[in-house]
Amino acid sequence: MNLGVTIPLLIFLGALFLFGFYATKFLKQGPNFLQEYFLGGRNLGGLVLAMTMVATYGSASSFIGGPGIAYNMGLGWVLLSMAQVVTGYFTLSVLGKKFAITARKINAVTLNDFLRERYKSKWVVILSSLCIVIFLFASMTAQWIGGGRLLESFMGVSYQTALFIFTISVLAFVVMGGFRAVAITDTILGFIMLMGTIIILVGTIIAGGGVTNIVNDLAAENPNLITPFGADGSLTALYVSSFWIIVGVGVVGLPQIAVRAMSYKNSKAMHTAMIIGTFVTGAIMLGMHLTGVFARAVLPGIEVGDTVMPQLTLTILPSWLAGIVLAAPIAAVISTVNSLLLLISSSLVKDIYINYINNEASERFVKNISLSVTALIGILVYLASIHPPDLLIWLNLFAFGGLEAAFIWPIVLGLYWRRGNAYGALGSMIVGVGSYILLDRFHPDLWGMHTVVVPVFLSLIVYVAVSLLTSKKNIIQQEQIIKKFWYV
Amino acid sequence: MRNMKNYQIDPRYKVSNREALIGIGLAIINFVWWYGFAYGLGGQPVEEYQFIFGLPAWFFYSCVLGFLVMSAVVFVVVRLFFTEVPFESEGMEEDQ
Repeated sequence: MNLGVTIPLLIFLGALFLFGFYATKFLKQGPNFLQEYFLGGRNLGGLVLAMTMVATYGSASSFIGGPGIAYNMGLGWVLLSMAQVVTGYFTLSVLGKKFAITARKINAVTLNDFLRERYKSKWVVILSSLCIVIFLFASMTAQWIGGGRLLESFMGVSYQTALFIFTISVLAFVVMGGFRAVAITDTILGFIMLMGTIIILVGTIIAGGGVTNIVNDLAAENPNLITPFGADGSLTALYVSSFWIIVGVGVVGLPQIAVRAMSYKNSKAMHTAMIIGTFVTGAIMLGMHLTGVFARAVLPGIEVGDTVMPQLTLTILPSWLAGIVLAAPIAAVISTVNSLLLLISSSLVKDIYINYINNEASERFVKNISLSVTALIGILVYLASIHPPDLLIWLNLFAFGGLEAAFIWPIVLGLYWRRGNAYGALGSMIVGVGSYILLDRFHPDLWGMHTVVVPVFLSLIVYVAVSLLTSKKNIIQQEQIIKKFWYV
Repeated sequence: MRNMKNYQIDPRYKVSNREALIGIGLAIINFVWWYGFAYGLGGQPVEEYQFIFGLPAWFFYSCVLGFLVMSAVVFVVVRLFFTEVPFESEGMEEDQ
């Protein structure tokens, strides 16, 4: 065990957890357990909102997988990763006020609350819950594996032990704290991520003898490393641009991000969050991926991409500083899985169980079942992570694409197009997810673009066409929905 | 539409619709800047690359400067064009 790194790391994380509990305990408790546990009582201010969005979005792939690919591909992959700057302002400005106002009108706590009131269809809610549970489970497993790997390499314990430690700490935290604790610690985790990024970037530039030196070394090894086209020339402009959909504007359709767009206090919080979020997202993405490329000049010949960042940190920084920098990816992983865990359990408990199975459950019973379901899912993910698959970024991106294809139009058009109806939403979810899975299996990267692009367009066409074709159905109900959502 | 005579469209939606369009506009500016510098300058042969602060010019303009410019643009646009509206239907509630 590497004590010089482990001890600062553990102290850091321990202090963080203590702070989370402390903050949660002394903040105002909302009147309603469900709203408090799953949404933090709609009370987030600007800084917390920005940081919880950045931290939820920035995950193991931003700190480990992404820089690992950048190491092999060169500056072209940094260019690709910069498509993510758009998420800092786009999600909040597009969902922004409309979602916040609407959610208050219908008293929505989860994404499914919104879908249920907007479409008045049991099937939309069930299908959406299924998508959330399946895809977020996959993406959480990827993160969990990332967390286990990280602890394994930093602490020098076996993967199994690392996974166990990781599971216990995440569960203790989420079960006891709920959304508010998650959002508050996300803020601190976001700062750790930003600080860690700056330290490691500066350290790498110094170790490589300055930017000019590093870039010359890279160009001498393979000139393609400093072009936008990737080490092997495989990154075409079209392919890289298509990532603007999957990791850029399409993020609007991710439930874990969308739910944050209804959790803030007031307009001012949203405005501040857009400004901070854009800057912090950009700084982290640019810093981490650029570090990945520069690492090639400092530590050439690393075979497994995922090990570039841990090795680099341990090589170039003194061990106490390495402990703090390595807290950044752990922070990223914890802040992502805690949100996903809450989202899955809210889907199961609130959207399925309370809505359709037992809607007269007592407050106390709901509380117990929410906590047990959260814990149970955590244990299931732990079991799934014991024999992990290899490249976590693609597993993670698969879940990303599936969720985006399912949710982007039912959310966005549900908010802005009043003729959209349940049939359109159902059709768009089925076609979006179905075509995504089929394409991914049989024809990935169709026409030179990321696999998600075609399904996103197909689901748009289906949403609009089916809504128009079925506009004569349930006219009265549709009018009631429109009245409730659009009129005062 | 029938039965809607006594109602009017929520006036706050005018603000939210406009801001959604601004968001799309920002994303388009962001994309054009990013794409233009990356493939405009980066498409040349490597031997003709210019360097700024040691980085290839395409990368500096597209990724480093582009990110800083977008942060500044978002700051200015939000400050100038985004309006504060109350979220609660009954008007602004006091936050305790």
